[in-house]
Formats: sequence, structure tokens, C-alpha cells
Amino acid sequence: MNKVVSTAEEAIRDIQDGHTLMLGGFGLCGIPENCIAALVKKGVKQLTCISNNAGVENFGIGLLLQQRQVVKMIASYVGENAEFERQLLSGELEVELIPQGTLASRCLAAGYGMPAIYTPAGVGTEVADGKELRNFNGKDYLMEYAFNADFAIVKAWKGDTQGNLVYKETARNFNPLMAMAGRVTIAEVEELVPAGGLDPNIIHTPGIYVHRIFQGKEYEKRIEQRTVRKVNQVK
Amino acid sequence: MALTKEQIAQRIAKELKDGYYVNLGIGIPTLVANYIPEGVNVVFQSENGLLGMGPFPLEGEEDPDLINAGKQTITTLPGSAFFDSAMSFGMIRAGKVDLTVLGAMEVSQQGDIANWKIPGKMVKGMGGAMDLVASAKNIIVAMVHSNPKGESKLLPQCTLPLTGLRCVKKIVSDLAVLDVIPEGFKLLERAPGVSVEEIKSKTAGKLIIEGEIPEMIF
Repeated sequence: MNKVVSTAEEAIRDIQDGHTLMLGGFGLCGIPENCIAALVKKGVKQLTCISNNAGVENFGIGLLLQQRQVVKMIASYVGENAEFERQLLSGELEVELIPQGTLASRCLAAGYGMPAIYTPAGVGTEVADGKELRNFNGKDYLMEYAFNADFAIVKAWKGDTQGNLVYKETARNFNPLMAMAGRVTIAEVEELVPAGGLDPNIIHTPGIYVHRIFQGKEYEKRIEQRTVRKVNQVK
Repeated sequence: MALTKEQIAQRIAKELKDGYYVNLGIGIPTLVANYIPEGVNVVFQSENGLLGMGPFPLEGEEDPDLINAGKQTITTLPGSAFFDSAMSFGMIRAGKVDLTVLGAMEVSQQGDIANWKIPGKMVKGMGGAMDLVASAKNIIVAMVHSNPKGESKLLPQCTLPLTGLRCVKKIVSDLAVLDVIPEGFKLLERAPGVSVEEIKSKTAGKLIIEGEIPEMIF
């Protein structure tokens, strides 16, 4: 079973206008840079993107926004993007803001074959509007549905030809959850190894969830908030 | 004298207990890590998927794959662990995190909190705040007592869109330490040189004052 494709272009070949995509990453950390670049090049439009954030103006999902390829963004925090704000205020872009843990759980539910989850996040707030409320053991919970995405696009540190994935540090974030949740899952990795090249004990995403894998190139890994301390200065 | 942001953080740090798992929000809460009391060991959780967060890296040692929930470059400490975002909010929802420190725009005397949205302004999103306030068993709010217009942020009812209901347990402001109890804001301590009268005049919600109110000790 070989899931390897040679390029990002080949990996995203059947993504069409109007598709719903999940994109892994937290801020600019652990984002699928190569696939985003290929989507920009391909020019697919009317996309619905599910991702924790919306990138910055000229990087990450911000690149898709710049080309007006996104009609709807589902995210928990979209802070740092002026173009995003402009499109939102002009009505070109629809945005659905959902609590971060709810976002994660709705991916998890999809990957675990569960139609919905109950969470207390958002009870008593506008997030609860129109949602089913249920009381368990004296506490209120909202029902939130599993996501339904045409494609999940994730970034891992290492992967093998069977699609098994390992993530690095906090670049893990939403990637393993989204990897489980796409109807078709595309993984780009920094290092692609033959089957047997990864210790089965440390696999984060089993290959069954991954349909296409390729080794990405020229990762920029841009840092959003570079913060340092001086020698001998505690944080 | 009203406390500085650093002093607010320093006072909150006194609430840290040995063995606590702690989640610090962005802003003043982040500064709490600078004032961990001697002999107290705590583990910081960053909701993007890390337990055991360490200080910022030295210049040249920044790692783009290693950031906190504020997207700042950070380091790990011995014994740290990485996990995905679902597990991160799973441990929060399951009540495993002992203390959460958050900023707020408004807190009501019932303990409701508003800290994510101002109508008419660009909404950036709630991030993990709604998940944290809905589940954390011990929430301390770090904030200044009045907004830039001079209006009290401690109210009978929140006027801004809510982040969560009846969840705030304690407030450390630039003027006072207060517990949120069923009857209202209970004044526990005042900032050095700040009078009870001043706190009273700047607290719009119900303030409960019993006996002598001591000054904070750092």
C-alpha cells in the first residue's frame, strides 16, 4: 500500500470550487505550507476553510484570502489579518467563530465516527443560539455536530509510505484531529521514510486515516511572535 | 497607589500552590509565571498542546514548532509533554487543570465574565476562552478595576456579550482582591494606600465589606 504522491499539486488535484477543507495548524505553527501554495496556484474558489486561525496577511490561509478563494471561514480566533477584516466587513467573507475546544472536538468526533458531542463551552452565550441544550448531572451542555469536510490537509514532521504520521512539539495541535476527520486526508511531511522507518510505538496518526502523503519542500516555518529572553533572565 | 500590571501578577502568584497545573491567559496572566513563590512547583499548561512550558528561549534558540497559545516562541522544561488540541481541552474540560488565570473586560457579581467581543468592533474570536471558563473549577481574573473610560468593570450584570456564566471565583485588580460569592463581590484586600472608599466608588456591582480590610502583602 503506497500512498505517496510526488508533489503538492498532485495531492490536491481533485480539490474543486466549493469544497470544504480542514487545514491543520495553530497560528502559523504546523500549517501545510506546500498545499496552501498549491491551492493558491490552482486558484480554486468558493472554499469553506475549517482551521483554528486564518493565517496572517501574506502567509498561511492569508494567502488564500488574498486571492479571494475563501467564502467561509470556520475558526476560533482570526486576530491578526487586516485583509480578513476588510473582506468580513464588506460581506465578501462569512465567518463562523467557535470555541477552540469545540473546534477540536468536532474534528475528533468526525474521526471517531460519532455524529455529535456535548460540551459546556458557550452555554449562556451567543454561541448557544439555536443549539440543543442538555443537562447532565446538573450542568448544561451544548450539542455540537461532527464536522463534515471534503478534504483534510495536514502537516506532520515525519511520515512513512503507509501514511503513518508523527508530529513535532506544538506543531501537533489540530493536525492529528483533522487528519482523522477528512473524507480524503492529505499529509505533507518534512521527512518521508519507507514503511518500517518509523517506530510503530510512537505513531500519532495511523496511516488508515491518510490517503495521500508527500515530502514537502522549502518550509519557511514563519514565527508569528518571536519572543526571547536575555541570559539569566527568567521568563 | 493602584498596582502595576506586574504587581497584579505578583499578587496572583501568591495563589499558586505546590503541585498545581496552571493555565495562564494572554496579557497580565502571562506575567504570573515571573513570580512563582519559593518552594512552589507548578506546571504550566498551554492550550495549544503543552504541559511543562518553560521560559522564552534565548536569542538564536527560537524554535518555530514550539510556541504558546499566544503564538510566542517558548521552551519546555524537563518532564514536559506534547499533545493535540482535543486532549488539551479534554484535560481542561475534565477539571484536571487546578487554576486558570484570565483577563476580562467585565465581570458580574454572579461571576459571569465577558472578555471576547465588543459590539461594533472587529471580532477576533474567543479562542479557548469559552472552553476554559465553562470547565475550570478555579478561575482568577486579572484586570484593572475600571476601563479606559473610567467605568467600573465589576458590574451587577455584564453589558458585553458573555464568555461564560457564573465561573469567576476571584478577582485581582489594580485596587483590590475580591472573592465572587453568591451575595456579590467580597472585598478581601486592598492595594497599598488605596482606601475602601475608593474601591467602593469604583465598584458598580454589589460590594460586601466585612470588618477591617487589610492591605495586600507581597
